[in-house]
Amino acid sequence: MPDGKQVTLARMRAGQSGMVLRIEGGHGLVNRLNALGIIPSKRITKISSMLMRGPVTIEVNRAQIAVGLGMASKIIVELDEVPA
Amino acid sequence: MRKIVLIGNPNVGKSVVFTRLTGINVVVGNYPGKTVEYKRGHMKLGGETVEVFDAPGTYTLDPISDAEEVAVRMLSSADTVINVVDATNLERNLYLTLQLSERKIPMIIALNMWDDTKHRGIMIDLDKLRELLGVPVISTVAVTGEGIKELVGNIPRAISARNPARSRDERWTTIGSIIEQVQRVTHRHHTWRERLADASVKPITGGIIALVVLAMAFLVIRFIGESLIGYVLEPLFNSLWAPVLSKLSGLLGGSGLLHNIIIGKLIGGEVDFVQSFGLLSSGLYVPFAMVLPYVLSFYLVLGLLEDAGYLPRLAVLMDTLMHRLGLHGYAIIPTLLGLGCNVPAILATRILESKRERFIAATLISIAIPCAALQAMIFGLVGAHGGQYVVIVYGTLFAVWIILGIILRHVVRGFTPELLIEIPPYRLPLWRAVLQKLWMRAYGFLKEAVPIILGAVLIINVLYFVGIFDMFANFTAPVITNLLGLPKEAVTAVVIGFLRKDVALGMLAPLALSAKQLVVGSVVLAMFFPCIATFVILLRELGIVNMLKSAGIMISAALITGGLLNLIL
Repeated sequence: MPDGKQVTLARMRAGQSGMVLRIEGGHGLVNRLNALGIIPSKRITKISSMLMRGPVTIEVNRAQIAVGLGMASKIIVELDEVPA
Repeated sequence: MRKIVLIGNPNVGKSVVFTRLTGINVVVGNYPGKTVEYKRGHMKLGGETVEVFDAPGTYTLDPISDAEEVAVRMLSSADTVINVVDATNLERNLYLTLQLSERKIPMIIALNMWDDTKHRGIMIDLDKLRELLGVPVISTVAVTGEGIKELVGNIPRAISARNPARSRDERWTTIGSIIEQVQRVTHRHHTWRERLADASVKPITGGIIALVVLAMAFLVIRFIGESLIGYVLEPLFNSLWAPVLSKLSGLLGGSGLLHNIIIGKLIGGEVDFVQSFGLLSSGLYVPFAMVLPYVLSFYLVLGLLEDAGYLPRLAVLMDTLMHRLGLHGYAIIPTLLGLGCNVPAILATRILESKRERFIAATLISIAIPCAALQAMIFGLVGAHGGQYVVIVYGTLFAVWIILGIILRHVVRGFTPELLIEIPPYRLPLWRAVLQKLWMRAYGFLKEAVPIILGAVLIINVLYFVGIFDMFANFTAPVITNLLGLPKEAVTAVVIGFLRKDVALGMLAPLALSAKQLVVGSVVLAMFFPCIATFVILLRELGIVNMLKSAGIMISAALITGGLLNLIL
């Protein structure tokens, strides 16, 4: 399979990395994420997610950013291929 | 006077650069029309004195929050801009840099955190970066002072690159190409600080770390506060000030209106700093010996937590709980500030985006978060009857915070946006910056509190003398005695609570209340109504209609909680 699996950031597991494909949200969300450097084609790594639908923490450009779960569900990521 | 504005992303060490440039004479101001604080100081440049402004941190010049809007507005009055850039996160920081380079303001870049690049395996070609950006770039390590002299020396060489305006995508493309040419990153192992950073945003380890940090913070605050009181201020007042007052008391004849105003009532023939209630006794003792020590220790610990970068992690951990209260995790920061003073706390609710959140956060803070002054008095007076009573007061306020938050979440309309924040790496705080902040906060407390405390003591004595309190006490006696189980004289404390809550609680001291009555009294005082300073800020922040709603919630919540406590205890 040439393309990696596509999932939302919310569904990524801690420790997984991938590339942001698109942001399925309005202008406001795209702008806010843009300010923090979360833009399509950017590589991110998920560090953790909180229990009970809490925010997820990711690493982008060596900086850590906490993203609410709702927003994280709108960020589509293509997972890196992990050798079997 | 020429104006230099420091601008940069949040958490890039901008304030430390500012501290290095300006030294001690720093003023914290409120931006006109906005409740956003900024710092202003002066520095020598050549033979000339110039003004330096520390703008609020912003990621872009297309502002999302009020703080960012202030940063953008300050820019328009700047003669020179120092763009502080985090060298370890060049890519994201350059977005703002590129936007700045499209303006016609002379700019110079302080590439800060330069030392971190080395152990993070990042190599940056400074000459190439200068060439590509077309402005001076100076590497700095603000915490140690490295590069600051060179930065100052290069300020006159600041120029505008006068880049044409670009679109968002064009900027990111340009940044990609700049990064390609100037930066090399090699792989390296995680440092212990990074491991700790990761652990503190994971559910289980993060929870444990939060408990340890908060418990330590509490113990340190108590230890420093108690030590200052027990070993420094109490001895000072007792050995130096008490003899002066008893002489003065003799000169004034030992009683009468003037004596009561200046010295206060003698308790058992002696001046009692807590109970006498004169200008020179309680009027000075309460702010300086009871409250100031806790204000100092609280703000010291808070400043350390802020500068170490812990608070955003607490916001992540608390996010789920805070959503139950109609807030998001970031609201924990104003709430913590409220434990120092409600005024900056309510100002800080500005970091929350929606009106609904601000209303809920401000209301919850003014009801359930006791300020350091009030807490100092709770520890002093209620604690004298035993620690368990202090626990009851705090437990009650915490329960009120949760229950009222849940109610407000369901009742207040509007929406609460989600958390989206950067979590800076852990950093060792710079003592100079921590102490500068502590000094500004402590000075702010004294400037605000002392005149109001003295005024309150004066008014109380005069009102006592003309008998207004007796009238008022008789009038409200049914509520106070039947519902709350307090003596009718306690109503004066509730009224004075509007001026200063610490003074008000002090007024309960001479009433010889039982431990239970003190608990009820403390809780009711904490919740009933904000002090005048908080009231003014609430009015400005919420507007009159919402302020009235908020006040209605406060009064009913205070009476219900006080009544329940009276029944249960």
